[in-house]
Amino acid sequence: MARPPSQPAASGRPSGLLRIVLPLVVIAAAVTVWEVSVRLASIPPYILPAPSLVARTIVADWPLLSASLLVTLRTTALGLLLAVAGGVALAVLFSLSRIVEYSLYPFAVAMQVTPVIAIAPLLLIYMPQETAVLACAWIVAFFPILSNTMLGLQSVDRGLLELFALYGAPPETGWAARLRSRIKILWYLRRPAALPAFLAGLRIAVGLSLIGAVVAEMAAGSAGAGSGLAFRIVESQYRLNIPRLFAALTLLAATGIGLFLLAAALSRRLLRHWHDSALVSEP
Amino acid sequence: MADPALPLVALNGVTKVFANGLTALADFSLQVLEGECVTLLGPSGCGKSTALRLLAGLTAPTQGSVTWPGSALSDHRHEIGFVFQDPTLMPWADVADNVWMPLRLRGVSKREAGDRITESLSRVGLKDFAHAYPRELSGGMRMRVSIARALALKPRLLLMDEPFGALDEITRFRLNDDLLRLKRELGCTIVFVTHSVFESVYLADRVVVMSARPGTAVANIRIEAPAERDMDFRTSHRYAELCRDVSHALAGAVPDGAL
Repeated sequence: MARPPSQPAASGRPSGLLRIVLPLVVIAAAVTVWEVSVRLASIPPYILPAPSLVARTIVADWPLLSASLLVTLRTTALGLLLAVAGGVALAVLFSLSRIVEYSLYPFAVAMQVTPVIAIAPLLLIYMPQETAVLACAWIVAFFPILSNTMLGLQSVDRGLLELFALYGAPPETGWAARLRSRIKILWYLRRPAALPAFLAGLRIAVGLSLIGAVVAEMAAGSAGAGSGLAFRIVESQYRLNIPRLFAALTLLAATGIGLFLLAAALSRRLLRHWHDSALVSEP
Repeated sequence: MADPALPLVALNGVTKVFANGLTALADFSLQVLEGECVTLLGPSGCGKSTALRLLAGLTAPTQGSVTWPGSALSDHRHEIGFVFQDPTLMPWADVADNVWMPLRLRGVSKREAGDRITESLSRVGLKDFAHAYPRELSGGMRMRVSIARALALKPRLLLMDEPFGALDEITRFRLNDDLLRLKRELGCTIVFVTHSVFESVYLADRVVVMSARPGTAVANIRIEAPAERDMDFRTSHRYAELCRDVSHALAGAVPDGAL
């Protein structure tokens, strides 16, 4: 039952520094190959711009691109926030009442499995554009939060539930007392037990929320107004301004990576004491 | 407050049939006297754990009754400490918070519970580990935390469901000794479920041998031995004799080929 002995550093996992340095080295190498091949083959920038040109475009177009970045970031963050609020609230409701779960869960699934790109045009007809974009970000980010939180809320040690029944349940019966004891279990037991699964859902939802925002912007972009990064991509495509397209794409990728790292850091911080996923490998 | 002649708690002709039609216990009676340590010994699936859960009020009997003859209270859960087969600790809470849990559920704040938590932990020798997390502890230490948690409410009746079954023998012997010491210090009543003949004899004032499913009591063996038991007792001729008696009773309870 004791913990397995820690492995010697030589045969163990790479140290923290390597985990940061190695990907950076690979990216640097890839960018170098890209740059050199574009120059050697003299590929025109409207086919494939060199990384240096993309970088210069980001700097030159920064006023325009940063404004778009801010719009996309706001949509993503707001969509994620609403997805977390809605997903967690619904998961809690489901865990308190089977009837509600059975009635509503199929709708949640249906919403998830219908591709958001297919819903976006409809949403754009029914709602003002900003709301429609937000709704798309929300729809795709919502489900991983809901399903993961539900899984987490259900994965409580049965022994602990029995202990709660022994020590916690009020002696009187009736639906009010039952509800009170369920809420107690929810707060003391299911909430912390669900945290790892919820955070896993959050890591997925962060990326999906960005995808939802981009998809909706693209659908809206061709319809007219819009100023997010995805709109810039569509616009650059029409104008054959490929360097700017790449610049916007780079910013989108960086945003996604940044958001994911943020979610991962939050997860590590909240779970560091007790969950295996947050274990620091010993030296 | 209780009449010493009356049992603390009793199962009277209890039958338990599960929803899937399985009969776990059939006409099982057990009287547990105040201050005694009863071990329930029997093959796997003979309803030992079900008997404990009935005593704890975690499940209701299909027939028969559970009574507390010396007490007028209808709710006895605050008088019961339960230790499961697994430590069942909350992995996200440190040792002190795990021990606080039963008190917390009864509305005791952590500050009010502080002394009680420290006392419980020192009784199991873990005072210095109050701020450790369960995953940092060994299996034996986790089980000690589980026992400390069960002691936090100062129970009159301690119910233990094969608590040391998953531990190595050295750890198990130490915890057996600790349990006997705790019983002397606290004077609580213990019902201990095990499938080890040697453990059942070492701990018990009385061994109740149960038959294979549906479980019922087939032998009731009083262990005439000093309350203070140690290494000498474990290696004594008397202990070996008692173990042989209990083994014979158990062999009689399990039909050939049933295991």
